[in-house]
Amino acid sequence: MSEHGNGHAEPTSFLRKYVFSIDHKVIGKQYLFLSLFMALFGGLMAYYMRWQLAWPETAIPGAGWIPEPMAFGGIIPPEFYNALITLHGTIMVFFVGMPLLLGALGNYLVPLMIGADDMAFPRLNMMSFWTITTASLVLMASFFVEGGAASAGWTGYAPLSADPIHTGVGWGLNLWIMALALEFTSFLMGGINFLTTVVTMRVPGMTMFRLPLMVWMQITAAVLFMLSVGPLIAGAILLLLDRTVGTGFFIPERGGDPLLWQHLFWFFGHPEVYVVLLPGLGAIMEILPVFTRRPIFGYKTIVYSTIVAGALSFLVWAHHMFVSGIDPQIVMPFSITTILISVPFAVIIFAFMASLWGGSIRFTTPMLFAIGTIVTFIIGGVTGIFNGSAPVDIFIHDTYFVVAHFHFTLFPDVFLGGFAALYFWFPKMFGKMMNETLGKVHFWWTTITFNMVFIPMFLIGAGGHMRRIYNPLQYDFLKPMQDINIFITWSAVALLVGQLVFIFNFFWSMYRGKKAEDNPWEATTLEWAAAPTPPPHGNFETVPTVYHGPYEYSCPGQETDWQPQHVEKGSVAA
Amino acid sequence: MSEAIAMTEHQPTHEVKGRMGMWWFLASEIMTFGGFIAIYVLYRMASGGAWSSMAEHVSTLMGTINTVVLLTSSLTIVKAYEAIDKQDRKSAQRFLLITLILAFAFLGVKAIEYATEISNGYTPLTGIFWSFYFVMTGLHGLHVVGGIVAIGALYIMAIRGTLWNGTQKRVEYIGLYWHFVDIVWIFLFPLLYLSY
Amino acid sequence: MSDWFPKNISTFGGDIDSVFNLIFWIVGIGFLLGEVFIFYALFRFRRREGKKAEYVNGDLWPHVGWLIIPAAIILVLDLWIDFAGAKAYDRIKGDMPISDVVVKVDGKQFNWIITYPGPDGAFGTEDDLILENELHVPVNKVVKVLLGSKDVIHSFFVPVLRLKQDMLPGREIEAWFEATETGRYEIACAELCGYGHYTMRGFLSVHSEAEYANWLVERWPAPETEADGQQK
Repeated sequence: MSEHGNGHAEPTSFLRKYVFSIDHKVIGKQYLFLSLFMALFGGLMAYYMRWQLAWPETAIPGAGWIPEPMAFGGIIPPEFYNALITLHGTIMVFFVGMPLLLGALGNYLVPLMIGADDMAFPRLNMMSFWTITTASLVLMASFFVEGGAASAGWTGYAPLSADPIHTGVGWGLNLWIMALALEFTSFLMGGINFLTTVVTMRVPGMTMFRLPLMVWMQITAAVLFMLSVGPLIAGAILLLLDRTVGTGFFIPERGGDPLLWQHLFWFFGHPEVYVVLLPGLGAIMEILPVFTRRPIFGYKTIVYSTIVAGALSFLVWAHHMFVSGIDPQIVMPFSITTILISVPFAVIIFAFMASLWGGSIRFTTPMLFAIGTIVTFIIGGVTGIFNGSAPVDIFIHDTYFVVAHFHFTLFPDVFLGGFAALYFWFPKMFGKMMNETLGKVHFWWTTITFNMVFIPMFLIGAGGHMRRIYNPLQYDFLKPMQDINIFITWSAVALLVGQLVFIFNFFWSMYRGKKAEDNPWEATTLEWAAAPTPPPHGNFETVPTVYHGPYEYSCPGQETDWQPQHVEKGSVAA
Repeated sequence: MSEAIAMTEHQPTHEVKGRMGMWWFLASEIMTFGGFIAIYVLYRMASGGAWSSMAEHVSTLMGTINTVVLLTSSLTIVKAYEAIDKQDRKSAQRFLLITLILAFAFLGVKAIEYATEISNGYTPLTGIFWSFYFVMTGLHGLHVVGGIVAIGALYIMAIRGTLWNGTQKRVEYIGLYWHFVDIVWIFLFPLLYLSY
Repeated sequence: MSDWFPKNISTFGGDIDSVFNLIFWIVGIGFLLGEVFIFYALFRFRRREGKKAEYVNGDLWPHVGWLIIPAAIILVLDLWIDFAGAKAYDRIKGDMPISDVVVKVDGKQFNWIITYPGPDGAFGTEDDLILENELHVPVNKVVKVLLGSKDVIHSFFVPVLRLKQDMLPGREIEAWFEATETGRYEIACAELCGYGHYTMRGFLSVHSEAEYANWLVERWPAPETEADGQQK
């Protein structure tokens, strides 16, 4: 805590400027590249899993390079399949979702949106990035230790995870726990930074209710993370000791309780879902007003709903454990809180819908992705009601219905919302416009194939198809569904291949794209209206003063249809 | 908009940021230790009699001594902070040194305890109580070590004469942290030493 | 969507299916209304020359009503779903009906160990019968299963019975079912339990009463009537 952001000099050496940078904008981009890089791995793993499910125990094209004993000539054994499901989940939630939505968007946008020149603790910020980078390396290294990578599922249920004899995985799982612990540390540091920055470094006039909603979502996420992750850190330490020292916190024959791990995991796990979800929705909240040219509907209602949902998220964790053997007496209370959490989220979705009404909607790529997020996220939201209902969950728990449900919440949020954000803020970040035509191709391709992958999963889930099984053809009752499995796999391949359009567009635009103006979307928030493109070291040439809320579009009696936050409105009466 | 422009500080002093950062850090620490304590209490409630027979072998005397030592060190760091506020550099140095000595004393007593217990056959693998005992006091001990490093750094700065003019607020942040370490012990002491 | 469900042969399966259907219709209609609204709004309020967007920030009370009233409707529907769910849940997990047959099922990497108490009705005695992966029960009788595990967490999943219950090492969890149709059905493990998780397949054979009596006699050809021995 020895150095502080204000007025730190612009570094000149390459290493200080691009690698060990303490500039929040560079760190944000570093998070962005880390998350995109990890997303490639997560996607590749999804491909291997899907191939195995469609054509079990056949050689997977493009898996021939994987060394033994992970795979044998492209055929993956069940041990490696279990490692894939574990690492796919871990990577996508902790190493893609969080670094992209909190690390990249949060770091890049929060100081700019509140008018600050940097984060409150720039060095801490740099440390949190390098901590998650270390965590990523530890995680990837776990594939190559003896016994292979962690294979107890991304939830790591004890005692399967608590004693190496059950899985045959030794250090792979220890490294998995350590990678998670490092990741948690990284985001705790990040959260401390975000909160301190927002509380202490807003420019004059930037009251809490004039903050862009993205900032609200980021700080709510930081608080949720901070208040939920502690017990799981404690649990992770205990799990690691069970594995290495031989204690028995989660092992019944040594006096432990395996259900405890589930409680700790899900006490964190459910708020964690919202930690990832809120910043994604925050991006949508920024994009909607810009391309509907009207204020977002119900700013304060959205803020209050978010806080209510965040608070409720601490009271629902046992809905992941309805069939785990917890006392049936406490199941219904959790079922009720779970279903009630749909109310604050419904309010937010209604606010989005109302924000479209009366607008003047421009269908740019970021707007398309934002709409796509809302339209598909609703499916994820409503299917949560099925899981939340205790009796229905008895049947659909641990089936593909659940898999489809959480992919319908997290995929729209992390990827569709993430893409919306990237297409939207790319000009500010890299000073170039992304190609619109390719962007639209990417949008339609991604949205359609995504639905082709996950809607059929609801059907096979309703048919009783268990998740996490290596070869569905083992079961007679699953055989009639195999055609659907094959269809899902082809759709997944199409979904993954379609991302090449994005990768091409991203890098091509970075070098060859049309030069972006300071405020190409005619937006009102400070990062667009008050900062140059791309923002220099220190962000603003003069400290802006804020005069009104963030979404003053189409105000009556004004010359233009957008009133930047730092420009006083004209005195023409409405 | 009718709202008046709020007077938010755009260039907050380092103190504001430092203090707030420390509070948020402590909030996440509280959740971690809170997690341990909650787990411990749940196990304790579920276990019944076997627990007491294990828990009665801890040394309540040494635990009590350590409680006194740590509480006193909390007082001395406050004294150090007061001395700095009054520009009394000599006594600031002295109180930091005393705090440091007390922290080492705490670890010393803890080490003797561990040694006695392990030589009597009570290791982390002896039973679930002992697992908890070693994990929780061990983690707390690590926090004490962290505190020693931080207070030691303050002491060196105080001797070199660099702990003034803008940097002296660090004593306050470290003091906050040190109180937290103390409070954790206040929870651990009855849970571990008086639970039979 | 419940057309996709496996056949139901359980007395309480219908309750689960009907709650599923209730939710399906409620959220299905809500979903359609929502999506239709969105697409209509997107079409109607697309950008047109010379037409300015409306300035409504929705923070005034009459406007907040546009969010609160639909949310209140959602709340009422939620409670409806909760009450229907609570009723079904209570039927399944509430007071357990008096059972006619008691069987112990233990998960073990990667098999189902199925233990019958034998004519004396007590487990751990000489006349226990231990089978691997084969569970035999009579039709139209309440069967109590005592679920446990020898190593890690498994989950006893019989799709046709709509029954799923995790099995924890070091604990015995009771579950029950009453099958309404004879036949041979699959049992699956629903909780990841290791590399052989997918091979953990068992069979539930539901016999007619006579068939089951025969099956018992074959196992325990003792003079006493086995059916009595099974009473609990």
